[in-house]
Amino acid sequence: MQGGAAGSAYRGRTASIGFAHGPLVRVDAGAGGERVAGTLVEEALALRKAIDLASGQIADLAASAGGEAAQILEFQVALLEDEDLIEAIFASIGEGRPADVAWRSTLDEQIAEYNSAADEYLQARSSDLADLRDRVVHILRGDEGEPLKIPSGGVVCADDLPPSRFLEIDWSGGGGLALLHGSPTSHVAMLARARGIPMVVQLGAIPNAGATALLDGEGATLELDPSAEQVRIFEKRRESHRKSRASARAILRRPTASWRGEHIKLLINIQRVDDLDDADAQYADGIGLMRTEFLLVGQSHLPDEETQFQAYDTVLRWAGARPVTIRTFDAGGDKPVPGFTFDGEANPFLGVRGLRLCLARPEIFAVQLRALARAAVRGNLKVMFPMVTSADELEAGRKLFAGIVQRLQADGIAAMLPELGIMVEVPAAALAVSSFKASFFSIGSNDLAQYVLACDRSNGALAPLMDPLHPAVLELIARTAEHGRRAGIGVSLCGDMAGDPRCLPALLNCGLRELSVNASALAQIKQTIDRLSSGGGVG
Amino acid sequence: MLDKADGQIFTGNVRLVHAVGMHARPAVKLTKLAKKFQAQISVRVAGAPEWINAKSVAKIVAMRAAHGSTIEIKASGSDAEAAVAALVDLVASDFPDGAG
Repeated sequence: MQGGAAGSAYRGRTASIGFAHGPLVRVDAGAGGERVAGTLVEEALALRKAIDLASGQIADLAASAGGEAAQILEFQVALLEDEDLIEAIFASIGEGRPADVAWRSTLDEQIAEYNSAADEYLQARSSDLADLRDRVVHILRGDEGEPLKIPSGGVVCADDLPPSRFLEIDWSGGGGLALLHGSPTSHVAMLARARGIPMVVQLGAIPNAGATALLDGEGATLELDPSAEQVRIFEKRRESHRKSRASARAILRRPTASWRGEHIKLLINIQRVDDLDDADAQYADGIGLMRTEFLLVGQSHLPDEETQFQAYDTVLRWAGARPVTIRTFDAGGDKPVPGFTFDGEANPFLGVRGLRLCLARPEIFAVQLRALARAAVRGNLKVMFPMVTSADELEAGRKLFAGIVQRLQADGIAAMLPELGIMVEVPAAALAVSSFKASFFSIGSNDLAQYVLACDRSNGALAPLMDPLHPAVLELIARTAEHGRRAGIGVSLCGDMAGDPRCLPALLNCGLRELSVNASALAQIKQTIDRLSSGGGVG
Repeated sequence: MLDKADGQIFTGNVRLVHAVGMHARPAVKLTKLAKKFQAQISVRVAGAPEWINAKSVAKIVAMRAAHGSTIEIKASGSDAEAAVAALVDLVASDFPDGAG
């Protein structure tokens, strides 16, 4: 997308949704001034004064900002009161370092430690430390910057922006934040979301030019010096976003979705426990699909029973009485896991994956089943197996599971066998759905479509053929829903189709009354069902 | 009442029920509460090699205690027993507002 000087556009990651059209304002980190160091005692005194001053400034900022911002700044005040941290700096001054050098190098060490952590949360906290580091350094050097003057509606562009700088900006006239680096989980991103300020991060390199900017927090794009046509399209997007958001939010809060007088259960898919932080998640009727592969990736070893139990338990506690469907490890195919999946398969999508792999590695599967059996007593748990072809596989999985429950109970550990269901994603399972003694079915439309259409879904050249609304796919969905209706067994659909408004009429007409989507799509899907119910289009 | 010898160590275990683990806000509350006691207080995620000063917010956050992990607390000093009880209560009650 990157182009020449005029009308160039850049793509980053969404940190806060919204739109801003205004002058581009560059904010650079303060230039490092020089400072003449005094004696050891003078330096120690200078740092003590700077810390007190910084503490007062942050407290003032917190008092005027209030709410969430105040709580975020409290972390910085606590850092200034952290004796372990501060004593190390005074010790360094005692060894002859100037106050600003000692302060900066200790904070830099801490920042490096946070940055080297594997998880994004701790990395994001390093910008709070950097914020504090710079504030004290500026005070020590006597070059405290004036509060930033941002023209109304301006799009602020910086490498990263610390929370205190964000709070010093007057956002009452709107505006947006475009960061070349930064993270969607940073404190400044939380502040931007709380204030409704659009924010895009990780835009990468942007030329040091441009007077006007269009920032689209939804599409995660920044357009510089746009043409009249770009502005027109942008304003159209902004307007339709505004309208759709307002009505979707209102509909989201209604108790249940309904279509032609029937309740439609809307559940959410989660990839990891943190997905429950999404503000819209609370409006879901339950969790239709909790993937468990996150437990397998980025770890040096396979997760132990306790780690798994804690993750499942967290989700069950969050859900309360609402149902939670956890899918056992769906590794293999395009999701290889060292030490678990088989290497060198010529055609991994038709290989040992999903339940096939778990049954082939019973020692790994048993750990997950133990954790699930223990979690089953903690809430409304259902467990489903992925990539099931024949009824024998379901029964083999059930036998393993039941044996594990028995052993746990014999050892006096609270455990039970949860309801067991299967993913319907292999065409054979969809065609022979009545042969499975499952408590529920969940249609995995992504894999089902790929197998029915014989199209690798990752192969862009096949995109025109890869149509989930192909009559063959819909036929299998309808047969599965029909079987469920007659046998009194719940049938849901948890693939991408459920979150695609264009597919909704077909899914409802196939007889599906339970859909599971990403939390971010919940409002739009509920709104679309509402529109369809009142005779409108998909919008 | 029996006089508690100085140097006696009190310990406690508590499961971290906070939904997102030991993030900045719970860490601030924990260190604030710890500082109300004279006792030397250390914490660690169960089984971790190192004990961490419960009064250092930078280290508590860096400890990265995940949701559901067990936090071990040990304290020594005149008010150690009360300190352990108070911290266990703070974590077990999920860091209520106004605490700490």
